[in-house]
Formats: sequence, structure tokens, C-alpha cells
Amino acid sequence: MLKTRVIPTILLRNECVVKGVGFDSWRRIGTILPAIKVYTARQVDELIIMDITATNENRDPDYEEIDNFSRECFVPLTIGGGIKNIEQVKKILRAGADKVCINSAAYDAPELITEIASTFGVQCVVASIDAKKTGSGYKCFKNCAKTETGLEAAEWAQRLEKLGAGEILITSIERDGTMSGYEYELIKSVSEKVNIPVIASGGAGCYNDMLKAINEGGASAVAAASIFHFTQSTPLEAKKHLSDNGIRVRNAGIMLR
Amino acid sequence: MKVMIIDYGMSNLGSIRRAVEECGGEAEVTGDARDLKKAAKIILPGVGSYADGMNNLRKYGWVEAICEETLVNKVPLLGICLGMQLLSERGCEGGETIGLGLIKGDVKKLSVKNPGERLPHVGWNEIHAAAPCVLLNGIKDGSDFYFVHSYYFDAANEADVAAYTPYCGRFPSILARENIFATQFHPEKSSPDGLILLKNFLNI
Repeated sequence: MLKTRVIPTILLRNECVVKGVGFDSWRRIGTILPAIKVYTARQVDELIIMDITATNENRDPDYEEIDNFSRECFVPLTIGGGIKNIEQVKKILRAGADKVCINSAAYDAPELITEIASTFGVQCVVASIDAKKTGSGYKCFKNCAKTETGLEAAEWAQRLEKLGAGEILITSIERDGTMSGYEYELIKSVSEKVNIPVIASGGAGCYNDMLKAINEGGASAVAAASIFHFTQSTPLEAKKHLSDNGIRVRNAGIMLR
Repeated sequence: MKVMIIDYGMSNLGSIRRAVEECGGEAEVTGDARDLKKAAKIILPGVGSYADGMNNLRKYGWVEAICEETLVNKVPLLGICLGMQLLSERGCEGGETIGLGLIKGDVKKLSVKNPGERLPHVGWNEIHAAAPCVLLNGIKDGSDFYFVHSYYFDAANEADVAAYTPYCGRFPSILARENIFATQFHPEKSSPDGLILLKNFLNI
């Protein structure tokens, strides 16, 4: 049976690992390589690394850095931030990443998703949506939550699937960094509309939040950052909790008893 | 002893080279089909569509080189993901396409059979041995490996299937036929069991 994944997210700003609250108030956490090493040694299911300032600074992804990350990473690695064209994707994959995460560029040039999918396969494209609750439902924002797009989150997810996305990473802007639980309604609205796997993101504060995102939100995977950065919680313990509650997770060696 | 990793413009080459080196192998990524002569082991990686993959293999003269090294000189080859699928006789992704034909069977699209199954098949799933295989030395039956694909290799001869994975019914996740091996999952991304499997391949 396919296992439910627990995926730590690492956000990068000026080569530093950071974490904010609601896409703001960024706090410096440390350097990235030790973080990757620790996560890999603990057999996390996957890693997502996002350069959160690349798009707004109109910068290319840092290929040399990605090359360094992948040297330490023997689990699937998704790279996001500032990706605008297929040439960049090619270089990122060559540097050792397995998937790319596309967010802002998809609004401006949706055909990029299709182009990546037809060149490298749909499994290569994680389409990321940052959404916020408004008076008229969940709306998508781009440029690190700075610009409203007017698009409805679940409808945009559906469109992204048609364009060729292989997975949807759905993040609640308001819940992000608050550790107050995922936005379950948002996750559910998206997972009900698409047939591709949905990764829940934004708000995990305890293992039960992850369980709810899976059971109530219909997520295929749960992403989290603050809970792993700022508390004693670990991805392995999270999986233990999920497993105790009937969710099939990967048999990480350490868990075999 | 050199492990030649075939670069035909379709892969996560960096990941595979790293993993081979981590297993103690000497890896060389090559875009020149003539280099296969130097290979003690060959890895055919691949992400992307079947039709694009075969077109690129043909365009750069890989088809003859791969067939000669594997069939005549019996050099061990490991196909990974799309690299496994291209070993088949035919694929349908991106239009019907003739494959390398090193293992009998066709590549078909997975179809959802159970509630909750989504495509592509992404994530960690278990493998169950169907026959003894040198790749599985030291790996517990039912271990999880990382998959990411929408198509599968429908093998014509059950004898070529070394392991199955339960999803959309079940599909072959490891093929083995003489010196030709293939995995639908990504051993290079399935630490730590994936690295054991790669080591087993390097030790053949």
C-alpha cells in the first residue's frame, strides 16, 4: 500500500534557513546543510526546499547550492522558488533535484507547467498554491503571498492538474507558521477537486493536526516546518503517531520493533 | 570498475551519480554512446515520456550500443523508472513507440482500481519478491521504495518479474533477466534500502 508521507519544508532566504508567520516576520533558524543531513539521517520521506526571495528579487535559482543540497540528500528532493522557464528546470534536475515546485510563474505563464510535464513527466511538477480565506472563499496569492490573483484555490488546483501538474502543495497563508492546525476546509476543497496527490501545508502544530489533514482534508502527504524547527517533534515521531492511528506510513528502520 | 550512466537528456543524473558514489562505485555520466565500451556496469536512468526517451536514445546512437553491450558482451544493465520502461517492446505514452525490446512486454498506463488511489503513483510503497534476485540481497520483503510514475511495465513473461508492488492492482516493480535488471522505483532516492540495492547491482 502507498504510504502517507511526512515532508519537512525548508525555507531559504539569503542562504539562511528561515521560518515566518503568515509569510512575514521571518526568523533565522540556521544553516541549511546540517538541516538536510539530519533530516536525511532520520529518513524523512522527502524534502522540499524553497528559496522564498528568488521570485521577488527576480533571481535565478542557485544551481551550485542545489548541487550541494543533493549531495547530502538520498531521499526525494523538491526545489522551488524563482523558477520561470524550462531551462532553469533542466539545470535544477541536473544539479540533483527530483522535482520542481512552481508557484508564481504558473499564474503568469500556465503553459510552463505543461512544458515541464511534457519534457520531464508530470511526476516532476509540484504545483504550489498559497491561499487565504476571503469573503468570497479561498483565494490564491502569488509572489510570496504579496499579490492576490482573484482565482479560487480549488478551481486553480483543478486547472493546474489539467495543465500537467503531478502534485498540488496547498498552503494556507494565514495558518503558516502559527502552529494552530492546518486549514482543513481548504485542503478538503482542493483534494476533492483533483485526482492527483495533495500535500497539505501551513499550520501543523502537533501530530494530531497531521492526522486531521489526512483524515478530514484528504491529503496524501503532510508538509510541516515550524513544528520541526521550534519544538521537540520529529518527522519519525509524527509517523509513529499516524501509524498508531491507522495511517500507513513508511517503515522507517528505526520504527521496526 | 566504471559504472556508466547514460545521459540522453532525460534524467535526474546528479542524484544517480551521487548514489553510485555513495555505494563505493566509480560513476561516469556520458552523453557519448561509444563510451559504453568502457562500462563494467550500465545504468539507464530516465524521467519523462516514453516517446521522447526512445527518440533521444535513437537520435544519439544509444540503441545499438546498449544492445551490443548487454546482449553480446553481457554487461549488467540497470534501468531505473523510465529507464526500466524503455527496455520493453512497446510504449504508448506520447504515441505508440517501439522500445529497446530487451525484456518482453508493453508499457501501459496504470488505472485506478481502489478508492483513494490517485495518479501519478507518488511516494513510498512496498515491494514483494516474486523470485530470488541478487538485487534483493539483504533487503527485507515488503520494504518501501520511492515511486513516481503513471505507467507500468506489463511483463509478458512472469519469469522476468523479480518483485511486484500493490497499487492499481499490482505491477512489476523489479525485472531481472540474465544480466538485465530494472526497477520502477528510484533506488537512488530510497535511502537506505535503495542504496543496498544499488550496492548489490555494483557487486554483480
